[in-house]
Amino acid sequence: MTQQSSRLLLVAALLVVGLSAARHFLVPKTFGQRGHYRAAAVDAIEKLPIRYAGREACALCHTEIVAMHGKARHQSVSCEVCHGPAAAHTEAPTDIKPPAPRTRGYCPLCHGYDPTRPTGFPQIDPVTHNPVKACISCHNPHAPEPPHTPEECGACHGQIARSKAVSRHAQLPCVQCHNTPEQHKITPRLVHPEKPRNREFCGGCHAQDARSPKEILRIDMQSHNSRYLCWQCHYPHQPEGD
Amino acid sequence: MDDPKRNSPCSEPPASESRREFLHTFSLAAPLLLLGLRISAVEALAAEPEAAYNARDHYYGMGIDVSKCIGCGRCADACKNENDVPREPYYFRTWVERYVIGADGETDVDSPNGGIGGFTSKTPDKEILRTFFVPKLCNQCTDPPCVQVCPVGATFATEDGVVLVDNDYCIGCRYCIQACPYGARFLDPRTKTANKCTFCYHRVTKGLLPACVEVCPTGARVFGDLKQRNSPLARFTRFNKIMTLKPHLNTKPKVFYAQLDEEVR
Repeated sequence: MTQQSSRLLLVAALLVVGLSAARHFLVPKTFGQRGHYRAAAVDAIEKLPIRYAGREACALCHTEIVAMHGKARHQSVSCEVCHGPAAAHTEAPTDIKPPAPRTRGYCPLCHGYDPTRPTGFPQIDPVTHNPVKACISCHNPHAPEPPHTPEECGACHGQIARSKAVSRHAQLPCVQCHNTPEQHKITPRLVHPEKPRNREFCGGCHAQDARSPKEILRIDMQSHNSRYLCWQCHYPHQPEGD
Repeated sequence: MDDPKRNSPCSEPPASESRREFLHTFSLAAPLLLLGLRISAVEALAAEPEAAYNARDHYYGMGIDVSKCIGCGRCADACKNENDVPREPYYFRTWVERYVIGADGETDVDSPNGGIGGFTSKTPDKEILRTFFVPKLCNQCTDPPCVQVCPVGATFATEDGVVLVDNDYCIGCRYCIQACPYGARFLDPRTKTANKCTFCYHRVTKGLLPACVEVCPTGARVFGDLKQRNSPLARFTRFNKIMTLKPHLNTKPKVFYAQLDEEVR
């Protein structure tokens, strides 16, 4: 072996030893176990403390209230939505008590009127709805029922009621067009109100020969888009022309 | 099993097959290097903890029904509680946006403090064409741009499909925050490391729901395992038309939206 090649080999060997030693000390121990990352980081994240115990944990002790809550309208609302994170309470039930919001400020987070909320979701105007009174003085948050059946459809259909109130149809009560079964007020998603099923219903006021006040807009029912029902083009809660 | 190295814990993902073969061939020529690798492999085997949870059995996703969201912001609040996210209104792992599309075609989007204090501060006074709330969070992309750009391998996708941040190795360079097309990352002001939604990894690995899903009062958020055929998420994806955010970027999000509007980006 020539001197040059032995030196070259020595350098190569040093490089290999140096690199493998560097790799051994620099690459984190668990790197590459499960992928191009440190497996220990995943384990550390897995071990982070839990703050929300989950509704199943609440049911272990609070059987009565959970049973009542499970049958009521708030059944999809987890306990910790209102009572806050309760994992600490499950570990020290007597020392740490989860809070309960009793003021008027909390319920409107869900039930305050906002036109963006889906229609049918019960909403009130916190300014005009029994001012100052705490929500829980009339409504049981675990089994909320309106104290009496809502008279106004706008209690749940706020956006429609507000649109209609400033439209030409403001004077018409909802039930003029929507035949509403009483059951709709109790199980709103199971029993739906009706919509007008034919053109003649609107024609009762808007047809050329209708017996209605003269200032009401008239339409030729025969020639005017006879293949559609009126509300398939016109929005009756806010008809155009206002 | 002709290759003994196939039994070692670092021989799992098929993607790195060629690299491993290269290393193997190389190590035959350099026994010292092979020795070094063997030592680290043995150490890695000893360090692997005995855990009942096997990440390979799961692949997580979330469904969001836009038409069910009432904009109460309880998800954003619970997320901050659960994950110790700074309370200042600039840091969110999840938040709720309000879209108001006027009759004039103009779209207003706002998210005051992520929706935590409610949206009642401002009621739009223009004529509304349509309006809705959209909860947002990390989309847990199947091909995450944030993982691609991380120069130190501190952010990664786990075997169960969750994109996580390794706090100890993050150098706080913010590349991932720039790369995320969904604005789902922020720099934690306390640790100066990247922070983001983990799908509440510490909860889901114990069989609990993510905090935002746990507290969603209307069931607008649905969490589930995409490997399971009978999860709530499976039902959600079966009965809804599903959209993802920014599908043209090919990030393949695992947050699935139903009733999503074209104005949402």
